[in-house]
Amino acid sequence: MLALHKKKRDFVGTISIWIVRIMFFSLVLALLLLLGKIVAQGIGTISFEFIFDDPKNNMTEGGIWPAIFGTIAVTFIMILLAVPLGVCSAIYLNEYAKDSFFTRIIRTSINNLAGIPSIVFGLFGLGFFILFIGRGMDEVLETGLLFGQPALIWASATLAVLVLPIVIVSTLEALNSVPKSHRDASYGLGATKWQTIKNVVLPQARPGILTGTILAISRGAGETAPILFLGAAFFLPNLPVTDLCIGDYCIPMINPAKQFMYLAYHIFILATQSSNPTKTLPIQYGSTLVLIVLTFLLNITAIIFRYRFRKSLGRL
Amino acid sequence: MNEQEQEFYSRSTDSKYGKKIHKFTRTKESLIKLFFTLNGVAALIFIILIFIFLFKEGFRALEHIGLLDFLYSSRTAADGTTKTIFEWYPTSDDPRFSLVPLILGTLMTAIPATIISTIFGVAAGIYLSEVANPKWKEFLKPLIELFAGIPTVVIGFIMLVIGASFFNDLLHPDNRLNAFVASIGLSFVIIPVIASLTEDALHSIPNDLRMASYGLGATKWQTISKVILPAAFSGVSASIILGFGRAIGETMIVLMAAGNAANITSNIFLSVRTMTATIAAEMGEVSQGSDHYYSLFFIGIVLFTITFILNLIAEIIINKMRKKNTF
Repeated sequence: MLALHKKKRDFVGTISIWIVRIMFFSLVLALLLLLGKIVAQGIGTISFEFIFDDPKNNMTEGGIWPAIFGTIAVTFIMILLAVPLGVCSAIYLNEYAKDSFFTRIIRTSINNLAGIPSIVFGLFGLGFFILFIGRGMDEVLETGLLFGQPALIWASATLAVLVLPIVIVSTLEALNSVPKSHRDASYGLGATKWQTIKNVVLPQARPGILTGTILAISRGAGETAPILFLGAAFFLPNLPVTDLCIGDYCIPMINPAKQFMYLAYHIFILATQSSNPTKTLPIQYGSTLVLIVLTFLLNITAIIFRYRFRKSLGRL
Repeated sequence: MNEQEQEFYSRSTDSKYGKKIHKFTRTKESLIKLFFTLNGVAALIFIILIFIFLFKEGFRALEHIGLLDFLYSSRTAADGTTKTIFEWYPTSDDPRFSLVPLILGTLMTAIPATIISTIFGVAAGIYLSEVANPKWKEFLKPLIELFAGIPTVVIGFIMLVIGASFFNDLLHPDNRLNAFVASIGLSFVIIPVIASLTEDALHSIPNDLRMASYGLGATKWQTISKVILPAAFSGVSASIILGFGRAIGETMIVLMAAGNAANITSNIFLSVRTMTATIAAEMGEVSQGSDHYYSLFFIGIVLFTITFILNLIAEIIINKMRKKNTF
């Protein structure tokens, strides 16, 4: 019995725990080195002109504004398409639908949708949006070959389907975390179902929905594979913008029928098909830094939102 | 009585909710319900459409190319002997559509990546859940998840310009861009996935088990290796399966770093061409409606099926684990 009171010596265990610790921190170190390299190489290129100028001289000089603008335009339309559909179907699943075979199929397929390779979404976008919907619209509207070719709207729509699971899952989580007692209290006051959802459930779930939206933007902005053949262009001198005129008033609007430049695609193209690799290398690092900063800012915002949200629910 | 109280009393005395719900309200409610139901159905329809359009285009390949042609092609040489060829040359005059080199290429990048990621990812998960100070964990776990958000094109680019040269000097591989370089790149993406899910699985083990183990005189490491890890085995294996699925489906890293030569080899230092990279590289130049075009969709079906099955297995394991862990 006395032996148990002695302090246990477990050399193997101590060493193993140290190995785990060292592995974890070497991992963090490797990731920080990766980031450090990009920052160190890219920071020299970043300037006001680099961000807001067009590429020049076969992309060996100048800036990346068209790529940044294209990324913003595509993700903006993607959000317009994905968030309302995602949030509404999550509301249906969590608030209205009973736990039936049908809803279980939806839930399972949404979870599985998140794991399908992004390149497969590219094939889907090409087969469904461009060739089926686009060509179909051309035939019906007799517009020649207007919709049935790679364009901004089809890239956005494909990315919207890609990020749909992210929006739905995080909205479901947010709705699920609103206590049942709050809903019961609302019903007890005589509120109808929709009044309860609108005034009680949604306001509480808003940070969770916002988290999902931000994560979706970051995912969409970072994807390259699905848009490879959906309208991302090597180099376009003009932004995908057309003036929309009502009478005399003209407002520049995103033209969803045009092709576009994309930040992630720009990095890919410069890395693999550059005409002069040594000259374009600084621009590659600069573009990479811009993309990394963009996605990290979005992700950090989402993480902080989620942390605060969970804390406010008393889960942490 | 201040304004707020006045308002409260005026409301409570003649509350519109006290009355029987108006017919208009009831119609409105059911219309709203219909709206949300339609949205749920629309989401499901999109998921089904992915199935339909992928399979519709992909199965057209079978009209011209037999199912066996996707495995091997038999060619008769000049001297009359028949040879079985495993080659992917869809653009040549004598097109060959064997998927064997592509599937092998995918496995050559995905399996080493999964092995590396399992070692580091599970270690990181153990560290986060069992070893790290809980205060640090609050900061370290989001940090790991943050790295999961690095766009894959960035990792592909870094492997192309830095990783390839680094390993070229270090190991002198046969090809500068090879399966090994790609699998290191893939690990950067998959380690955070495995680490995060392993941490979730370990964290979900009830504290009673730890306390019981300590009570029996076990040390920390004995508790981790003999109690916690076996109890969380299914969750950890689900995370590895999901990581493997990610490795198979990843496109940009293998497209940029694996060299894209359709070698049939077991040498990890040779260039390989994966299924994803084949679609990405060839879809842009293929003429629509050709055999080549449909065969790329067929590769899509293969990818879709593999990842779908892997995800389904992982989900079943996780669901079983949840049921088991609710004491």
